[in-house]
Amino acid sequence: MSDILKIDHVTKSFDDKVVLNNISLTIKHNEFVTLLGPSGCGKTTLLRLIGGFETLDQGHIYFEDEDVLNIPPNKRKVNTVFQHYALFPHLNVFDNIAFGLKLKKQPKEEINKAVMNMLMLVKLEGYEWRNVDTLSGGQKQRVAIARALVNQPNLLLLDEPLGALDLKLRQDMQYELKEMQRRLGITFIFVTHDQEEALTMSDRVVVMNEGLIQQVGSPQDIYNEPINQFSASFIGESNIIDGVMVTDYEVVFEGISHPCVDHGFENNEKVDVVIRPEDIVLIKPDQQMIQGVVTDIIFKGVHYEICVMVNDKEYVIHSTRAKHIGDKVSLKFGPNDIHIMRKSDA
Amino acid sequence: MKQIVKGLLLLATVLVFVLIYFPIVVIALMSVNASSTGQTFTYFSFVWYGEIANNTLLLRAIGTTLFVAIISTTIATVVGTFVAIGINSLKRNQRLNMMVLNNVPVVNPDIVTGISLMVVFGLLPISFGINTMLIAHVFFSIPFVVLSVLPKLKELDKDLFDAAQDLGCTSLQAVVKVIVPAIKTGIITGALIAFTMSIDDFVISYFTTGSGVQNVSLWIYARLGRRNFSPAVYAYNTIVTVVTIVILLRLNYYSIKKKMRRLNQ
Repeated sequence: MSDILKIDHVTKSFDDKVVLNNISLTIKHNEFVTLLGPSGCGKTTLLRLIGGFETLDQGHIYFEDEDVLNIPPNKRKVNTVFQHYALFPHLNVFDNIAFGLKLKKQPKEEINKAVMNMLMLVKLEGYEWRNVDTLSGGQKQRVAIARALVNQPNLLLLDEPLGALDLKLRQDMQYELKEMQRRLGITFIFVTHDQEEALTMSDRVVVMNEGLIQQVGSPQDIYNEPINQFSASFIGESNIIDGVMVTDYEVVFEGISHPCVDHGFENNEKVDVVIRPEDIVLIKPDQQMIQGVVTDIIFKGVHYEICVMVNDKEYVIHSTRAKHIGDKVSLKFGPNDIHIMRKSDA
Repeated sequence: MKQIVKGLLLLATVLVFVLIYFPIVVIALMSVNASSTGQTFTYFSFVWYGEIANNTLLLRAIGTTLFVAIISTTIATVVGTFVAIGINSLKRNQRLNMMVLNNVPVVNPDIVTGISLMVVFGLLPISFGINTMLIAHVFFSIPFVVLSVLPKLKELDKDLFDAAQDLGCTSLQAVVKVIVPAIKTGIITGALIAFTMSIDDFVISYFTTGSGVQNVSLWIYARLGRRNFSPAVYAYNTIVTVVTIVILLRLNYYSIKKKMRRLNQ
């Protein structure tokens, strides 16, 4: 697969505040890429640069091997689904979707056909003459997607498009968007701060923080092998513990030596140890293992979230079995459940 | 006790409206009074309405008023809308500063505006007349258009302009095809305010006109001093009131109809 978009050492500041700091990223044809990060991390700015709504300070953006620096947004083969949909309030559903095609002066029958196809794709048949402010959030969302897709862009940018929807609807739309992307073979760049959304939908996730790319990888890579503290704590819940890598395949934390599968660190290097809450099993107290006391338990539906205090540090454990506050327990986990990261600022 | 308070409040409300509408009703009665002095009601007649058509001076004044109002409203609406779009796209601080600049002429007394415009026009190589009056009307109308368009702009999705460009509009097309239609109601309100302000302006027109050009309010003022006041003026005033009421009723009718349609969907 060839690259559709190449972001080459891009820097952007607003009023002396660096929002994007020397970012490089390539995106392949037909990929579903998610830019994931907390608000203010620069993900939306990066999207707006690709769309052409902002100008960059340094670097280049190549779209299908062409530098788009001087190409205005209306000439780019890119369309955007905006955060609050940005539907045109004076036009009905049909005219909103037909807007791009009418500007291109396409024949009327073709416009009709294309719009009707889109309405079918987003499951809004029969809504074409409705006023857009009589639609629900989910319906507006679909109109916004149809309005962008009808122009047959090579690249679709989506700026937190599911943010305003309720949970159930959001999960349905996640599935539908992924389906649409697969079927149409369009490259999607999706911006979100919701890690679950990112993991569910993407081929690749780009974790961003403070204007820097922290990690790029498949959802599995990002979840199982976070590269630093930020990635580990932002994606899913995790227990991050100070430890020492005594030698290859052996790490010491909480005063106990544990076998692990990581290697390539210096002997006695200080590291961060990551253990996901669902990878820890609570058993009866055992001298050989980490011991603690249950301090809190919250029912979460699928599982219980149990807090265990170990030497003044709180561990979070997900378990389908309830415990009682005050229970003495030991934490059991295997070598594969331990993930070692280099200290971020060492 | 509660009943009494309620009754008193109702009485006060009725009284206020009676006081407000009493003079309008009096003028309407005078306009159908055949007497030329208006001291007594002689008999019912539409003679003064016919008289408007015969009074060439009054006709000319009405013509001037309408000409100035229509042209100045058109110019002020276009310019004011673009100014509002510009102000809206500024950063917060700059926007607040611009709003202060915009609001000063609105609250400034007409007499100050009128005299200062007269002084400025005096410095320029133009003669006083309909041109200067027109420029003055454009000048005092623009801030009102800005004031009524800006709130509509603030209601818009901030990405609307970008969305239009994203779908293929140039920036000018984005303004004309998307922003302007989306703020249409604000623009119409602004135009109506500008039009009314222009039609009933006396003070600023008084200081900026010249070479015998008179709008209706200036003409009436000139008549009053000379005791040859024609009741045709009452007829003219009544027509203006009726037209205003009709426009207001229509606007309300449309907004109610729109609401009903929205509820039905």
